[in-house]
This record gives sequence, structure tokens and C-alpha cells, in this order.
Amino acid sequence: MKKRRMFFHMITASLMRRRSRMVVALLSIAIGATILSGLVSIYYDVPRQLGAEFRNYGANMILTATDGGFTSADMNAGRSVIPAADLVGAAPFRYENIRIREKPVVAAGTDPEQVKATSPYWLIDSGEWFKNSGELLIGAKVADSFRLKAGDKIELSFTPEEQQKNAAENKAVQDNVREFTVSGILKTGGTEEEYVYMNMEDLDSLTGKADRIDVAEFSVSAASEKLKGYVEEINRTASGVRASLVKRVTASETTVLSKLQALVLLVTVVVLALTMICVATTMTAVVAERRKEIGLRKAIGASDGSIIKEFMGESMLLGLLGGIIGSVLGYVFAAQVSLRVFSSSISFRPLLVPITIAVSIIVTGLSSLMPIRSATEIDPALVLKGE
Amino acid sequence: MSLLELKNVYKIYGELHALDNVNLTVEKGEWVSIMGPSGSGKSTMMNIIGCMDKPSKGEVLLDGVDISKESSKSLTTIRRDKIGLIFQQFHLVNNLTAVENVMLAQYYHSIPDEKEALEALERVGLTDRAKHLPSQLSGGEQQRVCVARALINYPEIILADEPTGNLDEANEETVVDLFHKLHDEGTTLIVVTHDPEVAEVAQRQLVLRNGRISKEVINQHFTGKIRFND
Repeated sequence: MKKRRMFFHMITASLMRRRSRMVVALLSIAIGATILSGLVSIYYDVPRQLGAEFRNYGANMILTATDGGFTSADMNAGRSVIPAADLVGAAPFRYENIRIREKPVVAAGTDPEQVKATSPYWLIDSGEWFKNSGELLIGAKVADSFRLKAGDKIELSFTPEEQQKNAAENKAVQDNVREFTVSGILKTGGTEEEYVYMNMEDLDSLTGKADRIDVAEFSVSAASEKLKGYVEEINRTASGVRASLVKRVTASETTVLSKLQALVLLVTVVVLALTMICVATTMTAVVAERRKEIGLRKAIGASDGSIIKEFMGESMLLGLLGGIIGSVLGYVFAAQVSLRVFSSSISFRPLLVPITIAVSIIVTGLSSLMPIRSATEIDPALVLKGE
Repeated sequence: MSLLELKNVYKIYGELHALDNVNLTVEKGEWVSIMGPSGSGKSTMMNIIGCMDKPSKGEVLLDGVDISKESSKSLTTIRRDKIGLIFQQFHLVNNLTAVENVMLAQYYHSIPDEKEALEALERVGLTDRAKHLPSQLSGGEQQRVCVARALINYPEIILADEPTGNLDEANEETVVDLFHKLHDEGTTLIVVTHDPEVAEVAQRQLVLRNGRISKEVINQHFTGKIRFND
């Protein structure tokens, strides 16, 4: 026990005596540990953060009918496969050809609240989302061609199937006509600007059809593999619908994710290598400074093992201190990055603390191997005659 | 059996014979001084007797063991167990106090014992300086700590390399008095010195020249006390 106490006293006294040099080594270990702990936190949090970011780019899964159309019950069967926590939104769409001022336009019936969740990039240029019966959202291109603005009232006409035959034969046609109020103008930069959107119930009443869906867009917060699992499960269990991934979204998410993770790993490795170089340089300088003291210790009976133990003890103590500092600063660093880049908080991972400390100790120990080896090669005779 | 025996010992560096057929016997409890000009081979001989170097040829028997054939690991063990070293430049560890410097030798030997280390400091008259760092001690005090460290593990031989080289007359006398006490207690002393007054105190003086023992003087009037020539 006394020997151990003397050992700790010797290594702490030695570190304290070379404070300025050791502070440099400690700083480099602490910075290395901070980057390690911070980047590993980010590494494990990036899929969640990035997944949330990607959900802003629209749905990543679509359900289409295996035959004609499907019902809301079919859609709900598919929807039930995905846990509520992972499902950001599920928007049904049905498209019908209608006419405005006798010109053909495509009208889509949907659920506005779900569309807001699946397609957050939809921009209401003027006015607001449709909410009540008799309101519709009109694509910017449609608005341009009919010179419509929010608040305008327009009539939509729909020719039922049985009347379409009469129309073909130039006979009198009985259209379904209904007046709507333009609630807002939609801008997306895509084909959505060529459609008008309304509640599914309004489209049903205009067309006289009920409970029919052409396509459902799902926005699911899950990694690529999990997403594929959901698709397979829906296709295996749900009838009348076929699920598939929106490759454009899922593939780019996977690519960005893997590139980001590779970058994080690379930076971590480089920082750890730089830390090792800094520690090795410091320890080499310390060994050079302490040549006489090492010679003396050997002259009065220290074995190579004792010298290794003492220097390794000093290194590991530095590694321990650097690891503790790095664990704390790493979390602060990761939280700041998360806040500034992804505008969200990061979860604290308690397991990272012992891992960071262990890695710091190992890295410091490894960096000190060469300098310590050179310490054991010092000739004890050099203490004689003041050489 | 003699405590130390050097038989036809050579140490050759290229063309240079640092030790050239040296034969020497030191009995247990003897006080021997070694003198000689620079380059005469004193340091080489000290290194070999102190188990820090091996001869190129010949036998060095320490307590019956031929140390010229031992590995460096077992030389470390022999040095730790049988030899106490005193240096010209004291060589104390600067970040350890006087008593901790003494305990350092115990630490490598067996178990550090502060009480015993304080007793050793008491023997060299430094009880009140035990908790001081080397930088807070005078040269003479540092050398006395060095003596306490050398004797703490009850070595067979104390090897002193120019022990008074950096001391004033008063401290020189104190250190020689300490040697006298150690000799009285039966410790074997080998003292390398340039100082004739320190050398003459010993029971036997050897003069080394060009790697050979050129002269050996037995002190017929051995008192172990220094006599300064004013």
C-alpha cells in the first residue's frame, strides 16, 4: 500500500513539476478526447437528425393500387405496419379531371393536415391552406392561367362517366357543378403547381364517387434498411395496395448519411493521430529532459519495468485527466454542433464517458511507448562524473 | 573470502585500454580511496565495480559472484541490493523532499519506510531538513541526503565518486566524518577522489595511471579523520 502511495506521489509530483509542458500534452489529449466524444455523439445522432431533415423533402414511401384504386381501409392497413413514432405523415390523393371555365384541369382530393406533414416544402404563396368544405388550394400555374387569387370564387365542373358518352356523341351533357373559394395559391416549383387541391369529401361530392384513393404518400422517419423492412411487410400483409420507396429521397438520404459518417470517422482518426503525435513529442522531450534523473533511478536500483511503470503511470494519468475533460467538453461540442447545424438538442450518452476515457488512456499509452522505450535504454553510468 | 576481487580486468575501447590488467582485492569493512589524473580509468573502474558496466576481459567477483558474466537485469538487482552510490553532483530528484529521496532507494529495493528514512537522515544530521526540497538545501546538505540514501538499504559497499568535489571545507569534513562513522559500523567504502586530503584519510590509497594501479599506499596511522594542511 505504501509503495503504491509513493508511486502515485512520484507521478503526480513529476507531472506538477513540469506543469507547462504537461499542460500542452493535457490540452492536446483533452482536445482529442473532446473531438472523439463529440464526433461519436454526432455520428450516432446524425441518422436521426438527418432523417428529420430529409423528411422536409417529401414522402419517402408511396402506396399505389394493385388494381385500379384502393380504399381508406386498404391505406390504413398499410399504415398500421409502421409504428406511430416513425410515421411523420400519410397523405391520400385522388386525381380527377375537372374543368374551370371549360378548360380541363386536374383536381386532387387529399387531407391537408397530412400533406403539411408529408410535404413541408409546399409553400402557400398567398392566402392559406384549405380547411373547410368549399375551399380549395390552387397551383400557381393554374392561378396564372385563370388569373385567380386568394379569396376568388370559381366554379368547377365535372362530367360524370355516364354523361361522358353523351359528350362524345355531342348530345346534351348534365355536368356536376360546384362553386369553390380559392383559399390560397400553392408554390412548390414542381408539377403540384398545375393542380388544384381540395378536401377528399369535396372531390367526392363533385364527382359523385366515394372512398377511392389513387396514391398515398407516406413520410417515414427510419433508416434505409428499416424502411425496406416496412415496405416488404406492407406488401406481404396488406391487400389492394403495393408499397414502394421513393428512391430519389431514400437513396440520397443513404448516400449523404454514409458520406457524413465517413467524414466524421476520418476526422476522428486524424485528430487522434495528431493527439498521438503531440503526446509522443511531449513525452520524448520529457524523457530527454529527465535523462539524468532516469540514469539516477537506474543507478540506485530501478529496473526497466519500474521506469516503464512510472512513465506509463504519468502518461495514463494524463490520459485519464484528458479523457474526463474531453468527455465533458465533447458533449458541449456535440450539443453546440447539433444546435447550430440541425437546430435540435442531442441526447447525452453515458456510455461515451468511460469509452472516451478508456480511448484517451490507450492512445496516450500507445503514444508514449517509443519515448518510454528510449528511457529504458539510458545508461545509469551517465550520472557518474556529471556526464 | 574477499568482498571484492578484480582479476586481470581489462576495459578496451578500440585502441584505448581504459583499464589495463587491473588486479585489486577489497576486504569487507575496508576503506579504500582511489586517486588518479583525468583519463586514468577511475570512472571506468567505478562503473565496473558499481555494476553499471562490464569488463572486456577478466573477472570481477563481488561477494563471490562474478558480475562480469551477469545479465544487465541481474546487475540491476546486485546494484540495488549490495551497492550504495554517492555522486559528486548529489543527483537528488528535485520534486521529492529529502526524506522522499531517501525513500526512493527503499522503493526500488523493497518497501518505502518513512520512519527508517528519517532515522537515516538523523544519522547524517538532517532531521530538521527532512521535508525540504533539494532546491532548499545547501550543497553539503544535499550530499548528506545522498549519503543517507546510499546507506538506507544496508549495502555491502558504498561507492563514492568525488563525494567532496562540490563542497567547501566544512562540509567536506562533515562528509568525511560520516564516512568514518560508516566505517566504524563495518561498512566497506571505496572513495574516488582528486583531493589528497580526502584520499589520505582512507586505510589504503590506490593511484591509477593509464588504466593501471601505479601505486598503493597503506595508511599506517589510520584514524579516519581528515587533517587539513593550512
